[in-house]
Amino acid sequence: MASPKDYTVEYPFSKRHCLTISDFHRMDIEALLALGDYYQGLQNQRITSAPILRGKTVVNLFFENSTRTEKSFEVAAKRLGADVISMNVGASSVKKGETLLDTAATLNAMRPDILVVRHGSSGAPALLSQKVSCAVINAGDGMHEHPTQALLDALTLRTTFGGDIGGLRIAICGDILHSRVARSNVQLLNILGCDVRLIGPPTLLPIDADCWGVDVFHDMETGLKGCDVVMMLRLQMERMSGAFVPTKREYFHFYGLDKNKLAFAKKGAKVMHPGPMNRGVEISSQIADDPNISLITQQVETGVAMRMGILHALSDNNKSEKSESENTISEYNNARHYETAGRLKPSNTLGEA
Amino acid sequence: MSVLSIINARLIDPATEFDAMGTLTIEKGRIKDFGGETPPEGRIIDAEGRILAPGLIDMRVSTGEPGRESKETLASAGRAAVAGGITSMVVTPDTKPVLDQISLVEYVKRRGKQKSLVRVYISGALTHALNGQNMTELGLMSQAGAILFSNGKTPISDTLLMRRLLSYSSTFNALIANRPIDPSLSKDACAHESDLSARLGLIGAPSTAERIMAERDVALAELTGGRLLIDLISSAETVDVVKRAKSRDLDVACSVSINHLALNEIDIGDYRTFAKLDPPLRSEQDRLALLDAVNSGCIDVIVSDHDPRPAGEKRLPFQDAASGAVGLEILLAAGLTQVADGGLDLMAFLKAVTCNPADLLGLKSGRLAHGMKADLVMIDPHLPWVCQSEDLRSRSKNTPFDGRRFTGRAVMTFVGGERVFG
Repeated sequence: MASPKDYTVEYPFSKRHCLTISDFHRMDIEALLALGDYYQGLQNQRITSAPILRGKTVVNLFFENSTRTEKSFEVAAKRLGADVISMNVGASSVKKGETLLDTAATLNAMRPDILVVRHGSSGAPALLSQKVSCAVINAGDGMHEHPTQALLDALTLRTTFGGDIGGLRIAICGDILHSRVARSNVQLLNILGCDVRLIGPPTLLPIDADCWGVDVFHDMETGLKGCDVVMMLRLQMERMSGAFVPTKREYFHFYGLDKNKLAFAKKGAKVMHPGPMNRGVEISSQIADDPNISLITQQVETGVAMRMGILHALSDNNKSEKSESENTISEYNNARHYETAGRLKPSNTLGEA
Repeated sequence: MSVLSIINARLIDPATEFDAMGTLTIEKGRIKDFGGETPPEGRIIDAEGRILAPGLIDMRVSTGEPGRESKETLASAGRAAVAGGITSMVVTPDTKPVLDQISLVEYVKRRGKQKSLVRVYISGALTHALNGQNMTELGLMSQAGAILFSNGKTPISDTLLMRRLLSYSSTFNALIANRPIDPSLSKDACAHESDLSARLGLIGAPSTAERIMAERDVALAELTGGRLLIDLISSAETVDVVKRAKSRDLDVACSVSINHLALNEIDIGDYRTFAKLDPPLRSEQDRLALLDAVNSGCIDVIVSDHDPRPAGEKRLPFQDAASGAVGLEILLAAGLTQVADGGLDLMAFLKAVTCNPADLLGLKSGRLAHGMKADLVMIDPHLPWVCQSEDLRSRSKNTPFDGRRFTGRAVMTFVGGERVFG
């Protein structure tokens, strides 16, 4: 494993929230990935607690059902020593008619440090972030973005390919139209210098997707040619009954990843999937279960480390400034970062731990 | 291997506009050579100066197989087709059950090969059971051999679905046929909306109903890049829509039925239900505009729109009677009659029934060329005859041309070098 120092930059991470990849520039991303990599290292050494967030409160606010993302954040926050509250929003006041902003105001009054939000409407976490005084992490909003998934995918790739992933050819396949994972990944992988391709039936690709800085293909054979990595996306069952795609059978025939189609990609190509998988619809079990090909389990493992890194960076950045005005905060932030530049260096944190 | 030579023929290849006297030789079911200099060999047939052209390709034929064999089978349709100079036909999916899955496509393809004198091609259904809601397995059916997709007699009225169909099919380069009918404007209509239908007390569909749907589909084809066939146009207004679409280089084609080139609304006369068609027969101006559009190449394809109906469905009050007419034996004869009357240009007519449909469907036929399958028709363009409905070879005899005089017809038909008629 590469040393965290390899990616660490002497540049302050100054973002308050993690809402979309487009809020970040290359240096922010390097800082986050370096932290993720550091926690990944700790995990490998079976060190599962680093009390960076001791005494802090992380609230998981999930308006949409989720198991893996919610638990991943919960585990990450707990390993950092935070108090974690998971709001089961389905059973709470939202059902009684409370608006999103009222919920936000109520939560804010409880003074959490970090709010992890998943919502079915695009842009909801961004709206929430304007009304609360803590950091907000977007854990998936509608068809917009899922930035932590993109970051953990990038970290998984860096770990697998041993460092820089610039120049890798990566195909994202399937239901791009409805996928927030695809939107975040396209941006992040472009920033990291990958050659990104989108493959899917025209009904599941956004119009003018070729303006995203990617190449668009409608068939797997030409699209997968020379790809180092194939990222499969989940296809929702209700989209296969004739509205977007005729049937499961036809979808698997043309777009489902099996050994034959994977043979079009570069030899030794890796396969990723954000989960949960539909076996026999977008991916065959033969591929999903082959540890030499599939990175799917690594993605989950890396997910916890990457989220620890994100929580760390944001908590560090929102420290004790709540009482001051926005302007002073940023000035103070800047000043503080000049003094403590490099503070995020994992070696320091390791010392503290 | 025996060679067959057809001598003294006026050889016409519509694709290249080749038109000259000469000989054509056939070997192993394929065209060996043709032209003025070709030496005759083997068995000889003397064409006596008659036309020898590629066999006709009819893109819209309904049969009753499977499900309604009493009105027409693939075998009886094949016999009628070769008598009309047709060597390939595309059957519509509105059978029982509807041709909406690969097993049925394969079944009809196999039955066609076993039972029919002509080559049978399949047009698959666009939606399950033609319900207009759920897309069928277009990709798999196209791999199984469906060369065209349509929703039978009904249009896809849901605009979002039509958009997705055109968009989804663009990956397979499949041709999507949609009927230009606005369902609400044409509700309950059984005739063209005009002073005539008003006097007869019949509910009419305005030409605008056709134009609106055609405009919608052209706009969607432009948005999605799909291949669109505007299936069966009947009015001058729609010709303008197609003309505009073509001037913008869109992948849009259109077809017209032979009935609408030969007849007009007056043929309904005294509530003659055999002239009740879908789309309805329109005004004489519309008919003339359609003829002009074929001559100028704006209309790509002429079809028979063969739609066999038992007498019981036709001998009803006009409003209740079924629409449709048989056309396999009419297509060529009625077209040649229009040529003899000066309404149609011979070359333009032959293009619209041979090479144009072949190009749209991606078939390697519809031309005279070396090595091409010897699907041919020998035409006597001057032969006068009278159409008697009881002499038609179809199982159903519903034709508005009963007792009409025609000039010209097929006298001999070859499929794969085999003489199947005449």
